[in-house]
Amino acid sequence: MTSSAPNSFRALPDPDGHFGNFGGRFVAETLMPLILDLEQAYKDAKADPAFKKEMDYYLRHYVGRENPLYFAERLSNHLGGAKIYFKREDLNHTGAHKINNCIGQILLAKRMGKTRIIAETGAGQHGVATATVCARFGLPCTVYMGSKDIERQSPNVFRMKLLGAEVKPVVSGSNSLKDAMNEALRDWVTNVEDTFYIIGTAAGPHPYPELVRDFQSVIGNEAREQIMEAEGRLPDQVVAAVGGGSNAIGLFHPFLDDKGVEVVGVEAAGHGVHTGNHAASLSAGRPGVLHGNRTYLLMDDDGQIKEADSISAGLDYPGIGPEHSWLKDIGRARYEPITDKEALEAFKLCSELEGIIPALECSHAIAQIMKEAPKMGKDKIIVMCLSGRGDKDIFTVAEALGVEL
Amino acid sequence: MSDAIIGGQDRIAKRFAKLKEEGRAGLVTFITAGDPDPETSFEILKQLPDAGADIIELGMPFTDPMADGPAIQEASIRALDAGMHMRKTLSIVRGFRDEDHETPIILMGYYNPIYIYGVAEFLEDARNAGVDGLIVVDLPPEEDPELCIPTVEKGLSFIRLTTPTSDDKRLPKLVQNTSGFVYYVSVAGVTGAGSASNEQITEAMGRLRRHTDLPIAVGFGIKTAEQAADVAKQADAAVVGSAIVSKIAESLDENGKATDKTASMVTGLVSELANGVRNARK
Repeated sequence: MTSSAPNSFRALPDPDGHFGNFGGRFVAETLMPLILDLEQAYKDAKADPAFKKEMDYYLRHYVGRENPLYFAERLSNHLGGAKIYFKREDLNHTGAHKINNCIGQILLAKRMGKTRIIAETGAGQHGVATATVCARFGLPCTVYMGSKDIERQSPNVFRMKLLGAEVKPVVSGSNSLKDAMNEALRDWVTNVEDTFYIIGTAAGPHPYPELVRDFQSVIGNEAREQIMEAEGRLPDQVVAAVGGGSNAIGLFHPFLDDKGVEVVGVEAAGHGVHTGNHAASLSAGRPGVLHGNRTYLLMDDDGQIKEADSISAGLDYPGIGPEHSWLKDIGRARYEPITDKEALEAFKLCSELEGIIPALECSHAIAQIMKEAPKMGKDKIIVMCLSGRGDKDIFTVAEALGVEL
Repeated sequence: MSDAIIGGQDRIAKRFAKLKEEGRAGLVTFITAGDPDPETSFEILKQLPDAGADIIELGMPFTDPMADGPAIQEASIRALDAGMHMRKTLSIVRGFRDEDHETPIILMGYYNPIYIYGVAEFLEDARNAGVDGLIVVDLPPEEDPELCIPTVEKGLSFIRLTTPTSDDKRLPKLVQNTSGFVYYVSVAGVTGAGSASNEQITEAMGRLRRHTDLPIAVGFGIKTAEQAADVAKQADAAVVGSAIVSKIAESLDENGKATDKTASMVTGLVSELANGVRNARK
C-alpha cells in the first residue's frame, strides 16, 4: 500500500473495476460480453438526465423516499453517551434498503431490453425487493435461495411467491447465500440473451460493486443532508452492518471525504471469531477471488471457500464487497465483529426502547453502538443505518430465545 | 533437461502435429483430480492414454465451481471430501509424467486455489510436475496480468475458452496471449448441459478460424461416441468431461467409495469415445 492517502476516497473504481488491489472482473468468458454491455449501459444511463428523473420518481412515489433520519432518544439516553440517529431504511417499501438498488437495476434492465430477471438472496430481503420490482415492471423473476435460508426465512419465501416470483431452492455447497450466487451465475451463463442478473450487494464483477454502491448512496446522501438539518454539522461516526456490504457502502460513500467522520462497518462474528463459525471475512479472512471479484474471503490454506455462519441470513456470506476490502486496507474504515448473542441483545433492546423491531442484520450495528456510544461524549453524534425491519426474523429470534410461537 | 520439464507448449504442439499426420481429431478427456479419491484418480489418469485419450484435462477441485453443472460440482466435492488439495494434484501429475512423456496434461479450474498457492510458486511447481497448460475459467483476458502472462512466460500454455458469446469483436482479444489450442465452449451454459448442433459448430469454427491458426477443441455437452464423432469431423479435438465424471459417480458403492469397476467404467467410455473420434473422418 502507498503511504500517502489518496486525494479522494470516492474516485474508485478505476476503469477496470479495481479498488486498489480489489475488485476486477473474474468471470467466465461467456459472461464477459454481458458485463461489458452492462458497463456501457450504466455509463449511458448515468449521463442521461431522464434516467435520474425516472429513478427519483420511483424512489419517491414507490419506495417512499426520503425516509427519516430518526433520533433514537431513549436508546441514546440508555447508553448515556453519543446521540444516536437511525437512518430508517426499514420504512422503505418492502422493509429494507435492498429496494433502492433493485429500482436502479430494473430500470437498467429495461433500458437494455432484457426480458427476464434473476437474483440471489440470503435473508430474502433482496429476493423480495427484486420480486417486487419485477411485479411492478412486468418482468418474470427467478430467485435463487439456499435451502437452509428458505427454511429460516419462510415468510420472505412466501412473499416472493405472492409477488409472482419463482423461488428456486439451492442445495449445493453450504445451501446458503454463496451457493445461491453460484447458482444464479450458472443460470446467467445459460440464459445470456434475455436475462439480467440483479445482484443484491455491492460485490461481484465490475461494474456491479460500483453501480450497487451508486444506487445505495441515496442512503448516505439523504442522511448527510438530514443530519446537517438536525444538528447543523456532520456526525462523528457512521455505522452499518456489512454482509456483502451494500447498505454500508451506501451510507459510507458520501461521507468518505469528510475527514472528521469515523467510518465503522460491523461484521457478523456468529459464535465468535475465535470459534471459526462466523461470517467475519474482514476480521478473519484474507484476500482471494470469488464471484467475480478479488476481496477478503473466508477460506482454508488451499484456497477452498469456507462456509460462513451467522444467525442473520443476510450476513451469512464468506466474502464482502471489494470497496470495503480497500477501505479496510487503506485504513479509512474499520470493521468490528459482533456475535449472534450480542446482536440478539441489541435486537431486544432496540425493540423495547424505541418501538422499532430491527432486522437481525442491522442489530449487529446496534450492538456495536452499544459498545462504543457509552464511551463517547454526549456531544458526539452517531448515524447508523437501520437497514431493515425485523418482522422477518421473529421466528429465528424466538427459536434463539427458546420461545415457542 | 529431463523430458518431464519439456516446455508445455511443445508437448501440446507435438500432439496436434501427430494428430494432423494421422488425419484425425483428438480426444480430450476431463477428470477431476482426487475424484473419487486420490489413489483411484491416479489409477484412472494413468489408464486414460491407453484407453484413447490424446490430451488430458485434470480438474483442480474447488468448493465453488460456478461455471460447472452438477456432475463436475459433485466430482469436486468428492475430491475435496477425500482430502484432495493443490499439492496432491501436482504430485499426481508428477507421478503420471514419470511414465508418460508425451500426453499433454492441462490443469483446469478456478483462480482462487492458484492465487492462494502463489502464482510464481504454482507455475514453478506445475512446470516441474510436467503440466503443459492451464485453463482457468474465471480469468478473462481483462485479467491477463494475473496469471495468463506469467504462465506463458514460464513456457506453459494458457488455453482460453471461447464461447457462443465471443463475436468477431471479442475474439481478437481472446486469442491474444493464448497458446496450445483454443477451447470452444459450444453452448452458453454450464458443463454437462445441452449440446450444440453441427450447424452451430460449423458456424463457430468458421468464426474462430478467421481469428486464429491454433488448433480448436470443441466441448460442452458431448456425451456419446456419436456426438464425439460429429464434433471430430470439424474440430481438431473433441472434449468430454461431465459424461466421464458421471461414470465415476455411477461406479461408486452406496458409501460413495470407489469400487473395482470405477476405473474400467471410465476407460470403457473413453475407448468408445476414442473410437468415435478416430473413425469420424473415415
